[in-house]
Amino acid sequence: MTTNVENKLSLSNDEKSEYLLEVNNLKKHFPIKAGILQRTVGHVKAVDGISLHVKKGETLGIVGESGCGKSTAGRTLIRLYDPTEGNIIFKNQDISKMSEKDLRRSVRKNIQMIFQDPYASMNPRKTLKSILSEPMITHNLYDRKGRDEKIAELLERVGFNPSFINRYPHEFSGGQRQRIGIARALALNPELIIADEAVSALDVSIQAQIINLMKDLQDEFGLTYIFISHDLSVVRHISDRVGVMYLGKMMEMAPKADLYEEPLHPYTQALLSAVPVPRKKGVQTRERIVLKGELPSPANPPSGCVFHTRCPMAMDICRKVVPKFQEVKPEHFVACHLFQDK
Amino acid sequence: MTTLLEVKNLKTHFFNRKKVIPAVDGVDIKINKGETVALVGESGSGKSITSLSIMRLIPSPPGKIVDGEILFNGTDLAKLTENQMCQVRGNDISMIFQEPMTSLNPVLTIGEQITEVLIYHKKMSKKEATRKAIDLLKMVGFSRAEEIIHDYPHRLSGGMRQRVMIAIAMSCDPKLLIADEPTTALDVTIQAQILDLMKDLSDKTNTSILIITHDLGVVSDIADKVLVMYCGQVVEEAPVEELFNEPLHPYTVGLMESIPSLDGDADRLVPIQGSVPSPENFPKGCRFAPRCPHAFDRCLQEVPSLMSIDGKRSVRCFLYDKEEATE
Repeated sequence: MTTNVENKLSLSNDEKSEYLLEVNNLKKHFPIKAGILQRTVGHVKAVDGISLHVKKGETLGIVGESGCGKSTAGRTLIRLYDPTEGNIIFKNQDISKMSEKDLRRSVRKNIQMIFQDPYASMNPRKTLKSILSEPMITHNLYDRKGRDEKIAELLERVGFNPSFINRYPHEFSGGQRQRIGIARALALNPELIIADEAVSALDVSIQAQIINLMKDLQDEFGLTYIFISHDLSVVRHISDRVGVMYLGKMMEMAPKADLYEEPLHPYTQALLSAVPVPRKKGVQTRERIVLKGELPSPANPPSGCVFHTRCPMAMDICRKVVPKFQEVKPEHFVACHLFQDK
Repeated sequence: MTTLLEVKNLKTHFFNRKKVIPAVDGVDIKINKGETVALVGESGSGKSITSLSIMRLIPSPPGKIVDGEILFNGTDLAKLTENQMCQVRGNDISMIFQEPMTSLNPVLTIGEQITEVLIYHKKMSKKEATRKAIDLLKMVGFSRAEEIIHDYPHRLSGGMRQRVMIAIAMSCDPKLLIADEPTTALDVTIQAQILDLMKDLSDKTNTSILIITHDLGVVSDIADKVLVMYCGQVVEEAPVEELFNEPLHPYTVGLMESIPSLDGDADRLVPIQGSVPSPENFPKGCRFAPRCPHAFDRCLQEVPSLMSIDGKRSVRCFLYDKEEATE
């Protein structure tokens, strides 16, 4: 996306309302402190200039390997971390520099998160009822009776027996806990849900149940998801569009069919080819491209294109110039010198 | 082909004050020389306990191998003393684990950890062992092996640590390598490197591999034969291609339908209903019956045995029982 921020902000009202969330050149750098005085000696560039937009009602998948910054990106764009640079526009409102108080008043309620480990994200000493009513109390929603009704409704919706309401998190299995995590996220009727590796800790048969539940809820409540995962098959299944991250940068973003059938970026190609697929007779498997070497450190990323150290197609220019994230086909963005405008 | 390992009717149970937990309940495995066998199942299916039982690494108490034989080259491992078992572990059978950081010692250098095995089992001198360690590290793909041996584990990435683990495991030319979820903690591109490495090594040295995993993709990539486990029992056994072309057991079918595909667009996944029962109260008949879409009366009453189909594969399900078919 080469358009700069000013241009984007001066769009007409019609165009603005198309996107629920828009992110421009978002950066999150963590300082590295060392020595007795704890001086900053460098930065871990966890997220280093990503741009994306999410339409209402769609699912954007973000994939990448560990350490690529996908979780940091997810947390930064809902202001769980303060961004180092860049704009986050949620419902036509720039929330990147909003105060915590304003955030809580107008934004937090509309954006909720589902975490990877539902057990670690719940207070083990609280009952199911108080876990689910807490967000409503914090945001001053409903009276006591209304809350009870809402909780009963939520539990039924995620497939729970309402009699479980006084049980504690340890009494439930992993899949059930993830259902509670989803119910809690839904308690405030949010518009956007960020799911960070929401099904990665579950066994495949349970994973499929949760994915189906998330899809049903999306249809029913018109939810918008940002689905962060390392599992390429799950992301394909649930997303409308998919972005691929590597070392803090967005390498490619496209509608899912485009991305999976015709990946353009050499990293996306290698990533897709590396996934072992249960093979059936007659089904062609992709030629595997095995990447050499390891992920470089995000504290000291390579010059030019961050992928050039492992790229099988690297050219001279890749070592020197950072490729732009450009639209090469409708809705298909890629950051690679092979596809740059001359 | 000669049989290297034959596990017969292995039962490993865990005991606490009141209850008996049958984690592994009658498992048979046969591994030929040079063959790669995969043990697949969800968490709690008993696949890791099976592999630990073969290595005799079950903490006792509370666990105990209550029945069965583990024949390795004709010797029953279940009857060996701890001292005799020490000569087998790391020498004839070696093992790699899921999390390479917790299986490497953080205060010893990589070199010390590889040479330890060689000095103990092969009675090498320190100098010889160091030379061999460098060769091993080169074999698993380290270009700067001479420097790596002086490094500590924390300096290496996850993929590199797992390669060190493989180097240690391969150091005494074992006849069998047991790999318990060796790539689960790794990223896909690194996983591809490790799987290729394991395939290469097994081709070159004719080592048999028993790989334990929950990932059917990994299975189809590396295995010759697959055993699907559910609730402490093998429910289906088949050569890898046959299993993926035509899964027989309803549980295997369910597993395959639960996985989203990388290449196609299914609108909806078909999950298996319910969840895995806890080992304290396994159902009376077929253990999969309460979740099975095809279950009938007999499934709830009787326990099906592992039935052989065409002599090549077997399945633990009454749907394939000849008596049922004739009725």
